[in-house]
Amino acid sequence: MNLNILSNDEFLSKFEEAKGILEENGITRDILRDKIVSCIYKIAEKSAKQVVSIENKKYNETDRKIDRILTSKIYGIPVMIALLGVVFWITITGANYPSELIATGLFWIEDRLTDLFNLLEAPKWLHGVMVTGIYRTLAWVVSVMLPPMAIFFPLFTLLEDLGYLPRVAFNLDNFFKKACCHGKQALTMCMGFGCNAAGVIGCRIIDSPRERMIAILTNNFVPCNGRFPTLIAIITMFFAGIVAGPFKSLISALILVAFIVFGVVMTLLVSKILSKTILRGLPSSFTLELPPYRKPQIGRIIVRSIFDRTLFVLGRAVCIAAPAGLIIWVLANVQVNGLNLLTHFANFLDPFAYLIGMDGIILMAFILGFPANEIVIPIIIMSYLSTGSLIEFENLSQLYEVLVSNGWTWLTAVCVMLFTLLHFPCGTTCWTIRKETQSWKWTVLSFLIPTVTGIICCFIVANTARLLGLA
Amino acid sequence: MGLTNNSTGIGALEKELKIERMTDDDKVIAIAGNPNVGKSTIFNSLTGLNQHTGNWPGKTVTNAQGKYKFKDRNFILVDIPGTYSLMANSVEEEVARDFICFGNPDATIVVADATLLERNLNLVLQTMEITSNIIVCVNLMDEARRKKIHIDLELLSELLGVPVIGTSARSGKGLDDLMQAVYDVTAKKIVPEPVKIEYDGVIEEAIAVLEPEVKKHLNENLNSRWVALKLLDSDESYFYPWKNI
Repeated sequence: MNLNILSNDEFLSKFEEAKGILEENGITRDILRDKIVSCIYKIAEKSAKQVVSIENKKYNETDRKIDRILTSKIYGIPVMIALLGVVFWITITGANYPSELIATGLFWIEDRLTDLFNLLEAPKWLHGVMVTGIYRTLAWVVSVMLPPMAIFFPLFTLLEDLGYLPRVAFNLDNFFKKACCHGKQALTMCMGFGCNAAGVIGCRIIDSPRERMIAILTNNFVPCNGRFPTLIAIITMFFAGIVAGPFKSLISALILVAFIVFGVVMTLLVSKILSKTILRGLPSSFTLELPPYRKPQIGRIIVRSIFDRTLFVLGRAVCIAAPAGLIIWVLANVQVNGLNLLTHFANFLDPFAYLIGMDGIILMAFILGFPANEIVIPIIIMSYLSTGSLIEFENLSQLYEVLVSNGWTWLTAVCVMLFTLLHFPCGTTCWTIRKETQSWKWTVLSFLIPTVTGIICCFIVANTARLLGLA
Repeated sequence: MGLTNNSTGIGALEKELKIERMTDDDKVIAIAGNPNVGKSTIFNSLTGLNQHTGNWPGKTVTNAQGKYKFKDRNFILVDIPGTYSLMANSVEEEVARDFICFGNPDATIVVADATLLERNLNLVLQTMEITSNIIVCVNLMDEARRKKIHIDLELLSELLGVPVIGTSARSGKGLDDLMQAVYDVTAKKIVPEPVKIEYDGVIEEAIAVLEPEVKKHLNENLNSRWVALKLLDSDESYFYPWKNI
């Protein structure tokens, strides 16, 4: 097409003439569009009638029956929460045994490695860095994180493949409308469970710029792949132990559900606040198609979610944890004024961290975890281990002992979980937000909103519990 | 199958869609279709890539591209966002229409859901108005069979005037036929002749005035009749890309 077509006289005169014909006959732009659309629809209808023959007119009946329950006003949300609970329950129950097994195996290898180092008469510091520093931490990370992920990701993908996500959006639509934001935000939120960066990109399905911005700013309130393992690990260690027997994993699952629901409530609350202050406006309407339920391909789901998600997340944790392990080992072994650097750093953060129910090491781990949330737990473990409280490994419960001997209480666990849920987005997500919004201002805001929310929540929880003498 | 490496983390960041042909013979193929009809599944099966797939509408929001080889030829496949129409009512529709229109693909596969054929045909017809190099892929034939819906693909092909291929992309059925049809269309062994959509007398009259003038300025791949109609409808987003050509 020629660049000058719109200023070409000949063309313009014909254009005016053609427009004139339409106007004379009373065909405005709206009527023209209507006529074009209805003409196409008629042809589609006619052709479809000729080629399609439906043997059983009630072929949609089963789907509708299921939908009547899954999207009903009364049962919709309870069923949703129950499903979430079942997914978590399977994850936590199923993860226990392989975790033990993997831990046993990996620590057997550690002993062999130590033997090897002794055999080669390697210097003590080398053994310290390589085995007790890097290898031991990686072993913990793998045995704590791998099994829950290998169970959770396929289950979540299964729900997605079945077509459940749009039903979630349908159920939550009313809440999002009340929060003056877009119902499709429920979908972007679900994507956030997988990866917040992907969730932020997914916000493009929301047309209104105001609502899209709200969805982007609040996407981080749901925990992503990288943060789930932290939550699951802490719950299994600190809360599942309260009740013995068969209810153990049930309680853990319920606690996790409570945290996720809390995340969703925070999403709604912050969305509401945003839409009443800096992003004022009314919710816009949209159509949401509830796709037919489809038979999922179990085999492919398992393969893909293990290769693409599980090993990917784990790989990232390991890749970043290894060099981080080295740095932490160095920090822990360089003495300044009689104390090592790590202690200096942790002591510096300690007073503030105490206010929000954590300690300096944990806060440092969150800060160092900015590139990838997966490494928060590894850094915490590594730091504790490097500052002396070395423990021989026999089983998983010893990780719990490491934490407790470093001053963890149930309150610390709750605050760490809260802060895991509510803190700044990871580096990749921030960068994605910058790309999507084309603005540093919004990026900074998306960093500050969850962080401040997290600090406030932890502060309230920590100090209320302390005042009441509960911890 | 859920989120994948390509669709999360750094991979989620948009890469500018820049199509690079290895040789001049490489063909660019667009995959259009309603949301949630399995475009990404077809794209993944053909290219061996792992775009995020999932049973919900609106999950692909950008154009993704991948390559496959069939017989002696390389094909570059572009997965465009699912849309119900090409009227540019939303960002996705604009992205989809602009690619079919200005991305200059050698052929466009329009994927339709066999269980909802009537609604899907609307997009097929709209795409046929824009370009004639079309292959209709009726996907989810397995689902349709399960629901006891029969579709006469040959008759559909006759009615539309373009090749129609039935597939069940999730199990890979029919994809060879699809690739063959794409090959034939791009090699001009098959020349689709989409049915002309006739509008009201007055509208036809107006088109008749404008079309010859449009034709003078247009490259051969775009349908002058459709461009004339769109100019009369003159939506603003449509004028914008013209200026860049």
